[in-house]
Amino acid sequence: MDAMVRELSYAQAIQEAMAIAMDMDERVFLMGEDIGVYGGAFQVTGDLVERYGTERVIDTPISELGGAGVAVGAAVTGMRPIFEFQFSDFATLAMEQIVNQAAKMRFMLGGEVSVPLVMRFPAGSGTGAAAQHSQSLEAWLGHVPGLKVIQPATPHDAKGMLLAAVADPDPVMIFEHKLLYKMKGPVPEGYYTVPIGKADIRREGRDLTIVATSIMVHKALEAAAALEAEGIDIEVVDLRTIRPMDKQTVIDSVKKTSRLMCVYEAVKTLGIGAEVSAMIAESEAFDYLDAPIVRLGGAETPIPYNPELEKAVVPQVPDIIAAARDLAKGVR
Amino acid sequence: MAGASKAVADSRANLPFVYRQYSAEQLKQVLHKMYLIRRFEEGAEECYTRGLIHGTMHLSIGQEASAMGICMPLAEDDQITSTHRGHGHCIAKGAEVKRMFAEFFGKTTGYCKGRGGSMHIADVAKGNLGANGIVAGGIPIAVGAGLSSKMMKTGKVVVSFFGDGANNEGAFHEALNMAAIWKLPVIFVCENNGYGMSTSTARSTAVKNIADRAAAYSMPGVIVNGNIFSEVAQASHQAVARARAGEGPTLIESKTYRHRGHSKSDRNRYRTKEEIEDWMSNRDPITLFESELREFGFIDDKGIEAIRSAVAQEIADGIEFAKASPSPDIRTIQNYVYTEQA
Ligand SMILES: Cc1ncc(C[n+]2csc(CCOP(=O)(O)OP(=O)(O)O)c2C)c(N)n1
Ligand SMILES: [Mg+2]
Repeated sequence: MDAMVRELSYAQAIQEAMAIAMDMDERVFLMGEDIGVYGGAFQVTGDLVERYGTERVIDTPISELGGAGVAVGAAVTGMRPIFEFQFSDFATLAMEQIVNQAAKMRFMLGGEVSVPLVMRFPAGSGTGAAAQHSQSLEAWLGHVPGLKVIQPATPHDAKGMLLAAVADPDPVMIFEHKLLYKMKGPVPEGYYTVPIGKADIRREGRDLTIVATSIMVHKALEAAAALEAEGIDIEVVDLRTIRPMDKQTVIDSVKKTSRLMCVYEAVKTLGIGAEVSAMIAESEAFDYLDAPIVRLGGAETPIPYNPELEKAVVPQVPDIIAAARDLAKGVR
Repeated sequence: MAGASKAVADSRANLPFVYRQYSAEQLKQVLHKMYLIRRFEEGAEECYTRGLIHGTMHLSIGQEASAMGICMPLAEDDQITSTHRGHGHCIAKGAEVKRMFAEFFGKTTGYCKGRGGSMHIADVAKGNLGANGIVAGGIPIAVGAGLSSKMMKTGKVVVSFFGDGANNEGAFHEALNMAAIWKLPVIFVCENNGYGMSTSTARSTAVKNIADRAAAYSMPGVIVNGNIFSEVAQASHQAVARARAGEGPTLIESKTYRHRGHSKSDRNRYRTKEEIEDWMSNRDPITLFESELREFGFIDDKGIEAIRSAVAQEIADGIEFAKASPSPDIRTIQNYVYTEQA
């Protein structure tokens, strides 16, 4: 029989996944700043400290570099830490341990150890928190062999991919867009996993492929629904994992539609859009392209505080509609 | 900056430090500014509640004596680095509230032209190099400013404000060590309000006092009651004198308390109502300073009333100025990413 499916918020789905992981495996524990009695800056850990105690829901001092290193050390020696950064921006303080240690330890030691570590990063703009609390840094980590980097877009995937991450023997970095935390969606009860490294086609279409990540999946779906009335039939691919990337799903989609647009919130250049575009240019799908590839990404600026400017620096639904309409010209 | 004459000084010989050091006019200015900080933050909070300001903010209500006491002996061109809880530092260093409100409203007349908001408030002309969204982010920057002061022989002193939570970041330790080995004119000011967000210092920090950390970096570690203006100002005076004399840095721990939650999303589940109530009613820094001023004959009810109403007017005018100011043009979005070159 199928598991009961309820409506949960993205934050609740993550919390449920962490609780299941802790119930299933006593090596799993949580670390982070203000994740105990405060419940986490975004209330993702919520009241887990009441259920699992301060031994398994550990408030760290404000020490990102040290804290990340402690998590790495615990992971290589038998524990299964889930480390929460209060904001993804603070990954910058912990880069040493993430990039030089967690990502490379297994390799440098010739496979003698693994680093079964999960790190969670609340990311993205839209909350008025300005330049140091709004960044999208997933491509930074996506550049590092040894790490796996995922961006679940729905409550269902947030739970299933977190559980897959905990089961994974290697370090998995999860970027959670802060504006998704309150978004609700169907989530099955109990244990299930959503595989890392597998994209999902959220909407099938014939005319053009939009490859989107995280919150942009929802914006792309909205744009696709709006353009349906104009007779433009858009396929939306939710990349879900940026390393290792599911190339085949994107290639197959582009072969079908012959048009590709990438939509992501991070700064446009040197990012996920460049990677997807180049991957298509290198693949057999290149010959199928009927128009130049389009990238819609964040502006080449830090995130501004002023609300209108803040909206203007990341792709919004009207931007996607306009760009898709343009790209679809001459389809039929 | 001694303002009191010899005769006046003699009559004040038994009073606490600031009453011997400063003129009545200067001390009334301090009260004025402490009220300005308090009312500015109350005004900002109200604007936030009414949806006029977005994002979040960290209020320093209850910590005004600390900001004012530290900045008291600083000259206009001395510099500070501040924190996410930085409105008080900004005003104490000389900022105008109308341009701060304008920044909170995201307007071009704001100190950061609407790009920074509360968490990045700055006033570079007055020596405030900026609040910071990164805990401990400003501490090494202050050391760098101290290095400039030494290399360029400007004589400037640099104050780095930070919270108790910041003392567990690596940047704090690395910065203190460098300031000490190079004898830089830097004053490290830890405003210990008991908590870094929800985490008490007892749970986060291995030493009892943050000032105890100073021993590891061979600098004086001074503890003051951060809610008593005179105590804070006296410690700052000594540290400034030491810095100007080329003797190197000082770590001052100013023990204080924030009345409000950490930010706008705090449910205060990590502390008791009684604790908050106790600090608010028995150790409020403005009340304490005001009653000393009254007791020692520096001000009377009328004088206090005059300050309060002048401050109220300044706040109301500041909010009006912010509302009436223009928003940035979206076409200017690329401005300030890099330095404009002719
Ligand atoms: C590097 C970094 N880690 C975490 C945060 C989130 N954060 C902002 S303020 C704060 C608490 C800081 O405590 P403290 O230094 O004592 O200053 P207070 O807020 O008490 O003034 C935290 C955890 C941050 N902004 N930067
Ligand atoms: Mg504190």
